[in-house]
Amino acid sequence: MDMPLVNRRILNSRPAILDALAAVLSEGVLITNTVELKAYECDGLSAYRCPPMAVTLPRTTAEVAAILKVCHSMGVPVVPRGAGTSLAGGALPTADCVILGVSRLTRVIEINTADRFIHVETGRTNLSVTGAVESEGFFYAPDPSSQIACAIAGNIAMNSGGAHCLKYGVTTNNLLGVRMVLMDGTELTLGGPFNDSGGLDLMGVICGSEGQLAVVTEAWLRILPKPEGARPVLIGFDSNEVAGACVGDIIKAGVLPVAIEFMDRPAIVACEAFAKAGYPDCAALLIIEVEGSLAEIDDQLARIRDLAGRHAPVAYRESTSEADSARIWLGRKSAFGAMGQMGDYMCLDGTIPVSSLPLVLRRIGEMSDEFGLRVANVFHAGDGNMHPLILFDANKPGDLERCEAFGAAILTLCVEVGGCLTGEHGVGVEKRDLMSVQYNPADLEAQMSVKDVFDPSWLLNPAKVFPLSASAGRRAG
Amino acid sequence: MIRSATGPLALRGGGTRGPRVDGEILDLSGLSGISLYEPGALTVVAGAGTPLSEIEQTLAAQGQRLPFEPPDIQALLGRQGASTIGGVAAANASGPRRVQARAARDSLIGLKCVDGRGVAIKSGGRVMKNVTGLDLVKLMSGAHGTLGVLTEVAFKLLPQPETSAGLCLHGLTNTQAVSAMSAALGSPYEISGAAHLPAEKQTYVRIEGFARSVAYRLDRLKSLLAMHAAEITVADQPVERWKAIRDVAPLAGQGGDLWRLSVQPSTAPTLLAGMPDDAKVLLDWGGGLIWALIPEGCNLRARLGPISGHATLMRSASSLPVFSPEPAPIAALSAALRAKFDPKAIFNRGIMG
Ligand SMILES: Cc1cc2nc3c(=O)[nH]c(=O)nc-3n(C[C@H](O)[C@H](O)[C@H](O)COP(=O)(O)OP(=O)(O)OC[C@H]3O[C@@H](n4cnc5c(N)ncnc54)[C@H](O)[C@@H]3O)c2cc1C
Repeated sequence: MDMPLVNRRILNSRPAILDALAAVLSEGVLITNTVELKAYECDGLSAYRCPPMAVTLPRTTAEVAAILKVCHSMGVPVVPRGAGTSLAGGALPTADCVILGVSRLTRVIEINTADRFIHVETGRTNLSVTGAVESEGFFYAPDPSSQIACAIAGNIAMNSGGAHCLKYGVTTNNLLGVRMVLMDGTELTLGGPFNDSGGLDLMGVICGSEGQLAVVTEAWLRILPKPEGARPVLIGFDSNEVAGACVGDIIKAGVLPVAIEFMDRPAIVACEAFAKAGYPDCAALLIIEVEGSLAEIDDQLARIRDLAGRHAPVAYRESTSEADSARIWLGRKSAFGAMGQMGDYMCLDGTIPVSSLPLVLRRIGEMSDEFGLRVANVFHAGDGNMHPLILFDANKPGDLERCEAFGAAILTLCVEVGGCLTGEHGVGVEKRDLMSVQYNPADLEAQMSVKDVFDPSWLLNPAKVFPLSASAGRRAG
Repeated sequence: MIRSATGPLALRGGGTRGPRVDGEILDLSGLSGISLYEPGALTVVAGAGTPLSEIEQTLAAQGQRLPFEPPDIQALLGRQGASTIGGVAAANASGPRRVQARAARDSLIGLKCVDGRGVAIKSGGRVMKNVTGLDLVKLMSGAHGTLGVLTEVAFKLLPQPETSAGLCLHGLTNTQAVSAMSAALGSPYEISGAAHLPAEKQTYVRIEGFARSVAYRLDRLKSLLAMHAAEITVADQPVERWKAIRDVAPLAGQGGDLWRLSVQPSTAPTLLAGMPDDAKVLLDWGGGLIWALIPEGCNLRARLGPISGHATLMRSASSLPVFSPEPAPIAALSAALRAKFDPKAIFNRGIMG
């Protein structure tokens, strides 16, 4: 993966830039010492690292604007950062950038259960948003597996999803408004505690823009009443094809589970060894969770039992208690941890039409042999969002490159069957140069022209999302 | 046609919902037909000129539907035609179920369009989860054709529920009605509609789903709402009732300026109190959507002052702007985006700034 050359002019004026920042910021906001900077050298895609020139951790939106104004006037690139859990290198610094982290912006500004929203600063973690409204019987629906750590800022920037988005949608479907600052320091508010936009839906394009357009400091989020109950069921099959067909049947039959998670044998074996969740030994496993009133849960599970029965399942286990539900989810939720035990891994995130599931899984299996790297599949089957985890050895020369080539081949396949490169993790630096597989030059040009409008000097989050070759004429430097 | 156009173009799907604009009509009804429908993947892809009715019938045959209940407001606007799916996308037109299933733009997963220079662009695709690149789908949805001509749209779908039923609360004031609707929407009973007809003093809440569950929830909901209304009945003819609410039928066929306000629900009663005495209104989305017929020429925006929301003038003889004026930095961004996508300023001129 290439990064653009470091801008010498900026590095040479580092002292002047730091002075200018220090002059407008309160005590402790600006971090410049090498040891502390190292903590910001990467995000969740830790294969790539680069310490930034400086880090700023502002306490208010006004301070965010002050930082941006200085950087704008001095031509310094800015990398916005939430909690740094991006798996796509979305928050990867460049050596000549200033990191603008929102981790100190964690206030809850308003909770309004009558109008069903919460207004927060975006440094707040995803889970603590639900935490703030739980006692009132509400929750915030998007639930990325990283929810203990990741911030609303990153969720908005990546348009993050989670296991339950089949029913509740992803971040963009639960976002009502944002307060944000443009690269030139202009503060503005889009949307608010009401529906839709009165003009162009600018918030719609801010969500998922990976820090390319603005720095988001506050958000109005939709909160929902907690469901009456939920119950998962675990179903094992002796082939991926059959499990895939079963998913299609369930959806066609009009049952709408909140989650349909799929694991293949390598994933089942790894998770079972790690978490001891009592998973059966089989080729493919579905975890399906239904929600609602007791009557609704019973009705839905009866239908699922009937549909699954037609596909000769080798295991079928409905949860009988809270503890049992937790155990069923335990293996799935520790999938990444389990993989981590087995070595280095890369987590992909392509989406495919559900009907292509068997074909894509078969091809991934064949490619695994060709590339000589093991792969395990865990994914959100209801919406076709795959997470192949490729295992490699970072200490073995050439392994990372082989892994990346394998990953690119899988993502290209996803696009070929009518899907896309990323369902929820974002493009970042990781998939940047594959963008031209999915989009033609006119499509990319249209997206880049939106960036031209919000960030004319192309200083926000440099070298992400757009292929370097496509953005070369626009990037500063 | 777009590439060579010099004068303004008025994009026309079915001519049933968008604001009327001047210009040579670019009729999109030729871009018709469903190109892909996969019930097992809950997705449909169709030409932008495909009649909405054709889409709805095709989906219904498989027990599915568009989640957001697009309204048919021809009668309300005093027009005649066949709504197209592209028009629904361009107007981000959502009905009562928006409180549960969200807006048209939330179900729109992909589109193809032609911008003002005649360049074909695609964004999104046919899969439900897609965060690849900037989300131009959202930008185009609700842009009323001012950024480009939609040629193809892809929507995600939902299964039709087994049953639809609901309650009617009688005799509530606007304030009481909004707090009752808010209690219902804050309950776990998955309310799929909450509307109030002030003239009749009737408040409707709807529940959809499996028959057994709906029966149970109706019962629970009735107990929950007992403290809000002395008289609660099970709504008769729920399907027809909600169709009338969806299409704002109570306000159809009458004179006056037609306003549509999207607001923070709990502020609705105060806003209603600020309207002229002879205003005719309907509240949907638990109070978050106000439809109002106001005597011609009354500048409702000026009269109400700043609101937590926005007001669209859907039909009027006056020269007031259709959309709420925006704060300067937002207006500047929007204008710059239009200049990028429609540099000759030919699309649906004059409706959005
Ligand atoms: C173990 C693990 C599991 C995960 N599971 C999921 C999952 O289930 N679903 C899912 O969708 N993702 C998942 N992720 C990915 C990641 O957690 C999400 O992308 C998350 O939203 C990132 O949030 P963050 O606060 O850590 O953002 P960061 O990593 O700090 O930044 C992410 C992007 O947001 C931009 N950004 C940050 N703050 C701002 C701001 N204030 N304004 C503008 N742009 C900003 C950054 O520049 C960067 O491009 C997982 C990650 C890990 C490590």
